[in-house]
Amino acid sequence: MSASTAPATSDQVSAPPPTELSAEDPRRTLLGSTLQSVLAVVVALILGGLLIAVTDERVRQAAGYFFARPGDTLSAMWRAASSAYIAMFYGAVYNPNGSTLADRLYPLTETLTVATPLILAGLGVALAFRAGLFNIGAQGQILIGATLAAWVGFAWQLPVGLHLLAVVVAGAAGGAVWGGIVGLIKARTGAHEVILTIMLNYVALNLVAWLLTLPGFQREGSSNPISPPVADTAMFPKLLGDHFRLHWGFVVAVLATVAVAWLLNRSTVGFELRAVGANPRAARTAGISVTRGFVVVMLLAGLLAGLAGTAQIAGTEHSLTSGVAASFGFDAITVALLGRSRPWGTFFAGILYGAFRAGGVTMQSMTGTNIDIVLVVQSLIVLFVALPPLFKFATRRSQEAAA
Amino acid sequence: MQLKLTDVTKKFGDFTANNRVNLTVEPHQIHCLLGENGAGKSTLMNVLYGLYEPTSGTIEIDGAPVSFSGPGDAMAAGIGMVHQHFMLIPVFTVAENVALGHENTRGMSLDLETTRARIREISERYGFAVDPDAVVEDLPVGVQQRVEIIKALVRDAKVLILDEPTAVLTPRETDELLEIMRQLRDNGTSIVFISHKLREVRAVSDVITVIRRGEVVGQVGPETSTDELAALMVGRDVSLTVAKDTAHTTGTALEVRGLTVVGDNGVVLLDDVEFDVAPGEILAVAGVQGNGQTELTQALVGLEEQVSGSARLDGQELVGLRTREILASGVGFVPEDRSTDGLVGTFTVAENLVLDRYREREFAAGPSLRLGAISGHAGSEVNEYDIRTGSVDSPVATLSGGNQQKVVIARELGRPLKLFVASQPTRGVDVGSIEFIHKRIVAERDKGTAVLIVSTELDEIYALADRIAVFFHGRLMGIVGPDTPREALGRMMAGEPTDSVLPPAPWDHSHDDGGSPAGAPAGGSTAAPATAPAHAGGAAAVTLDGDGLDPGAHPADRTTDRPEGNRTA
Repeated sequence: MSASTAPATSDQVSAPPPTELSAEDPRRTLLGSTLQSVLAVVVALILGGLLIAVTDERVRQAAGYFFARPGDTLSAMWRAASSAYIAMFYGAVYNPNGSTLADRLYPLTETLTVATPLILAGLGVALAFRAGLFNIGAQGQILIGATLAAWVGFAWQLPVGLHLLAVVVAGAAGGAVWGGIVGLIKARTGAHEVILTIMLNYVALNLVAWLLTLPGFQREGSSNPISPPVADTAMFPKLLGDHFRLHWGFVVAVLATVAVAWLLNRSTVGFELRAVGANPRAARTAGISVTRGFVVVMLLAGLLAGLAGTAQIAGTEHSLTSGVAASFGFDAITVALLGRSRPWGTFFAGILYGAFRAGGVTMQSMTGTNIDIVLVVQSLIVLFVALPPLFKFATRRSQEAAA
Repeated sequence: MQLKLTDVTKKFGDFTANNRVNLTVEPHQIHCLLGENGAGKSTLMNVLYGLYEPTSGTIEIDGAPVSFSGPGDAMAAGIGMVHQHFMLIPVFTVAENVALGHENTRGMSLDLETTRARIREISERYGFAVDPDAVVEDLPVGVQQRVEIIKALVRDAKVLILDEPTAVLTPRETDELLEIMRQLRDNGTSIVFISHKLREVRAVSDVITVIRRGEVVGQVGPETSTDELAALMVGRDVSLTVAKDTAHTTGTALEVRGLTVVGDNGVVLLDDVEFDVAPGEILAVAGVQGNGQTELTQALVGLEEQVSGSARLDGQELVGLRTREILASGVGFVPEDRSTDGLVGTFTVAENLVLDRYREREFAAGPSLRLGAISGHAGSEVNEYDIRTGSVDSPVATLSGGNQQKVVIARELGRPLKLFVASQPTRGVDVGSIEFIHKRIVAERDKGTAVLIVSTELDEIYALADRIAVFFHGRLMGIVGPDTPREALGRMMAGEPTDSVLPPAPWDHSHDDGGSPAGAPAGGSTAAPATAPAHAGGAAAVTLDGDGLDPGAHPADRTTDRPEGNRTA
């Protein structure tokens, strides 16, 4: 036995690693999930195209004599779907019919403008999710952020620069408070954050509606629930001149993405948050306070959503209404989902959703395709992203075929 | 029913999990598959159970080749499997669980009565004592396992595969299971018993097949010695006992007084415990799982909510401090369950190696992590502790159990410690890694660290302990010497007070002590006089400071206890 000792030992060292290692290689998982997001978008677009084709008037006419000339139906379907998507592209990225370069690039800047609040709120959802929390409350956090930003914007008089800074801080603080409440209640009582955030959305919405009936908040001489416009000093300057709506809020969104990426991957706080999210028991055993993590992450998530509200007020809307948040808070959830809760993933997913919104309007006006198709495509994307088993099944089959 | 595997090979990509395995399970046989974690035992059984398709090779039942496309086929062919992690629905009753998938129906309604009758019948035949109407989540783990066995028997399993069945059981439940296995065999069921615990394997098997790195390396009988089996398993001689000098201890590092832990439901989980650990000493805590040891370790590192009493480390009170403060004051902690408490599975090896140290100067500059330093630290720890991983950036969940545990041990031993607390430091770890981890723990002791080890494995207790503390129902039954016989420890773990089990103390010099004539070399006299002086030493050893060892000190005790000692001996 002793004679064989040495070779046996060296054999152990050089032995191949277990299979699980290669299957769970981190780069592979990363690539896999990025691929999955892209696949989800592509499949959803194809299905959306089918839906456009099926609901198209000319396609239906051609389908009346389908068995006589099936080619007519198919070409009508292709024309309907492709023209709708081309119109969407014109509206979202580049319009070749524009007379000047500025006109031609206008759609892209619109996309980025719409993407700004989506990215910011999406980052809030993604960050919370990395700490294991489902933040369904971005909508409420946007609203409260927007409310405070608007109030500072129209009620305060401050010099240029300082005023905008105050607006941004107020918006961020408003969102942070609204998110922080959730973190605090969860940490203290263990209440579930999904219920808390959903309920706080209602509270925020009705709070804003009530505020807009008060004399200090409602625009003078208006019977509509709308606040006075914020001062010019409270507005984000235009990023590319007055011809475009794109404002410095987009730069804030880029900076926020960089900051969140640093926070998650390179900071001690992010290390704690990720540990809490991935295995709270192990985090606690390692001396990390899980409850403190909940409060911190919800404060930060609310802060980011509050910045989204600020971008709405100081970037595009100018005054507070109860519709100022549109459905950004809910779209932010799908943006974070599509972006795999990674900062840059969320950034690009936000831009994609911005493009859908910007392009959808053009599509409706140019081809008469209902803009609701965009909603369907967005929902399909969520559906496919949320169906990882489907893709796992597909990849396993292809692997087996390859083997 | 005879089950025969011929040249079965299973590959996952380039990795060969099983290589040309030949195995024959005869009727009326308990056939043990012995191998380290990751040797390929479970893969082989999953092939047999139809969960994996073999890459090549054949499976024959009674000489006829079969192929299974799923567990359903295997079950129909008479193969039943009890998984390591039970496949039971906790909120269902025993009868509902057993019926699940094979429900008898009367029209649209479920007929559980037939199932109940079968359960009672099987339960009676094998003495299972399982109530068909008990809700599974209320049952102890050992009984849940019996429900799994009943599930297989109800479906007329002729071959029963038990995958690491004793991993979750207390020593007593283990003994009961072994008895059940013998009964099943005598009634004609063949059993495939997968394990890496040498003692159980030797106790119950008819044939032992040893698997290493996916290949059969030997088939031996149960008379083979533990050392030989271990050598076969790991491919080299393994010393199951760690070479260590006697502890040189002075003073007290950890001083525990009246430590009590109360659970959420008001139940006292740890009851007024009092002991000391000296620097450079290993105090091993023995006891059946769930007798307060877990709560003891968790209370020491601030993970229990309701704690009273005191635990002082070098004079500093630990009770009331937060976990972070306790760890920072020089306490290393290896939790009982590495995957739930010790590691963040999706984090990389490097990140896990600093899971409780990321805020130290070495690894963080203000709020920013020093990723380079973390990675460099990981590289050196991986080398020092021989952690087998593709890269320090691999998620720790992809490592084998033994290597995961090495990550935890490396992290906790990687900084200067005053006290090292480890719960089940080698649970689910292969023999090679056990040896390595034990050596590391002894080395830490020799550096002068006080060490507290909790283990339900008596082998481990004996390998490491300088003194052994025995827990039962949250109470400290006593602290005895490292040479206390296995049987005496077992009785203490079952709640018998130290006095009645007569543990001899290793430092008992009664043989050359004139004050104890009965202690002269036994020379074939009755057991009573031979055990009596040993008892006296043991009783003295129970005192907390470990001195007062004069066996003649309690002559009265000796005489009065003698009849009792006789009875229990």
